[in-house]
Amino acid sequence: MIVGEQKPLEEVWEMIKGHKKVLVFGCNTCVAVCHQGGAKEAEILAGLLRMKATQESVDIEITNSGIERQCEHEFFETSEDEIEGTEAVLSCACGIGVQFMAEKYAKPIYPALNTTFLGAVEELGIYTERCQACGQCVLGQTGGICPVARCAKRILNGPCGGSTNGKCEISKDVDCAWQLIIDRLSLLGKMDVYETLAPIKDWSADRAGGPRKLIREDMANE
Amino acid sequence: MNDAKTPSKLEKILSAGHYAVTSECGPPRGSDPNPIIEKAELIKNHVDAINITDNQTSVCRMSSLAACIRLKTMGLEPVLQMVTRDRNRIALQSDILGGASWDIHNILCLSGDHQSFGDHASGQNVHDLDSMQLLQTVRQMRDQGKLLGGDEITRPPEMFVGAAANPFADPYEIRVSRLAKKIAAGAEFIQTQCIYNLDKFEDWMKKVVDRGLHEKVYILAGLTPMKSAGMARYMKNRVPGMDVPDDLVKRLASAPKDKQAQEGIKICIESIERLKQVKGVAGFHIMAIEWEEKVPEIVEAAGLYPRPEV
Repeated sequence: MIVGEQKPLEEVWEMIKGHKKVLVFGCNTCVAVCHQGGAKEAEILAGLLRMKATQESVDIEITNSGIERQCEHEFFETSEDEIEGTEAVLSCACGIGVQFMAEKYAKPIYPALNTTFLGAVEELGIYTERCQACGQCVLGQTGGICPVARCAKRILNGPCGGSTNGKCEISKDVDCAWQLIIDRLSLLGKMDVYETLAPIKDWSADRAGGPRKLIREDMANE
Repeated sequence: MNDAKTPSKLEKILSAGHYAVTSECGPPRGSDPNPIIEKAELIKNHVDAINITDNQTSVCRMSSLAACIRLKTMGLEPVLQMVTRDRNRIALQSDILGGASWDIHNILCLSGDHQSFGDHASGQNVHDLDSMQLLQTVRQMRDQGKLLGGDEITRPPEMFVGAAANPFADPYEIRVSRLAKKIAAGAEFIQTQCIYNLDKFEDWMKKVVDRGLHEKVYILAGLTPMKSAGMARYMKNRVPGMDVPDDLVKRLASAPKDKQAQEGIKICIESIERLKQVKGVAGFHIMAIEWEEKVPEIVEAAGLYPRPEV
């Protein structure tokens, strides 16, 4: 899922304080799982912003609501009126939702979150990165652990010389991805694979190749 | 091993069966070339080649390539260090061609410390290639005369290709496999991480020799003399992938403050003497960090002077 983290209140306030009417708009899928951008979090954020407005003596009407997903047209149907009726929207979605709304509505759409990574729920309250959507998956060669997303140097033939006690050179709190890969290859009895050189990667399927697009022609033509 | 394949003096010395001695200079944090000239003057008669570090510890400095060219203009033999952190494949190959245009005949392919250690922690890192893929790249450019994109190179680079090895990083069980992988990628010489834990290094070398890897690559043992017990503690605790045994810290700490540097030099010389007995060690890479003036003393005391003429 996509993980996000709420921006500091001050930063959000600076974006919206010039408006008369703002809708704080939650997105109830990915960013609700990490308790940062769902309708519930939108409600709490709206409350904090109302308090801020009172403290600053700024006259601004702040409402809140949310939908299931801000990255698909159909989910907006029930909220068209409240979006039309507001001067600006503070979207609690990831960067995708914010942009999707901006394309749909001719009014300011501000981000309440910093979109942080594609990750998993390790345990309640702990979310960690797993994928960078590089467009050419190498997990089949690396024991199911991604060196692109989980090695600080995205080294395809690791580990580098900075791996110590299973941890990355950047922090004792970060696992060395290549230690994990080697442990996993050992477990699977595939250590012979380790000495195979990973070829030079074609990054054109990554961000480097420009904005990416997937077309299912069978569906898109319907 | 075979005869030298490149005009590299370092390769010629190694292939003639001599112990090679290399050292390194860190470029200055400015555009004044004199620090490079001064450091090189201090060591030039006692080493075969001089590595120029590439923005080491991710601290921005004068470029390795420019400093290597400076050494060439002094008639010296540089080893161009190149990290994959800061440049993509276009820039790396471009700089290799630039270096080759100045007849720089040695290159050391590295990934580089993470940028969070340096003075531009908020910068991007590139790592379009990794260090093994950079080895492959240089070998392709040299041996096939082709760029990665496939186009022919007019006057291909003639570089003796090296890599680093850290026998002290984890996981230990793949450290020999990793060396084999670097050799498969094209490494012809290795300069190791600073060796303080000689027992562990000897164990690693034994495994290297057991696999016959010492016959496929020249291994230069890396050494950095300690200036003080404080430096030893810092290296032990703060520098990634460094293995500094407690005994060594104690030995330095038990010397009076004004004698610790001398003790550090003594330890370095003793280490070289011991490493000479280790099968597969083909030379020494003495990294006297901001202490280049001590290199001649170490080289002479370790019986590595005068340097051979090739």
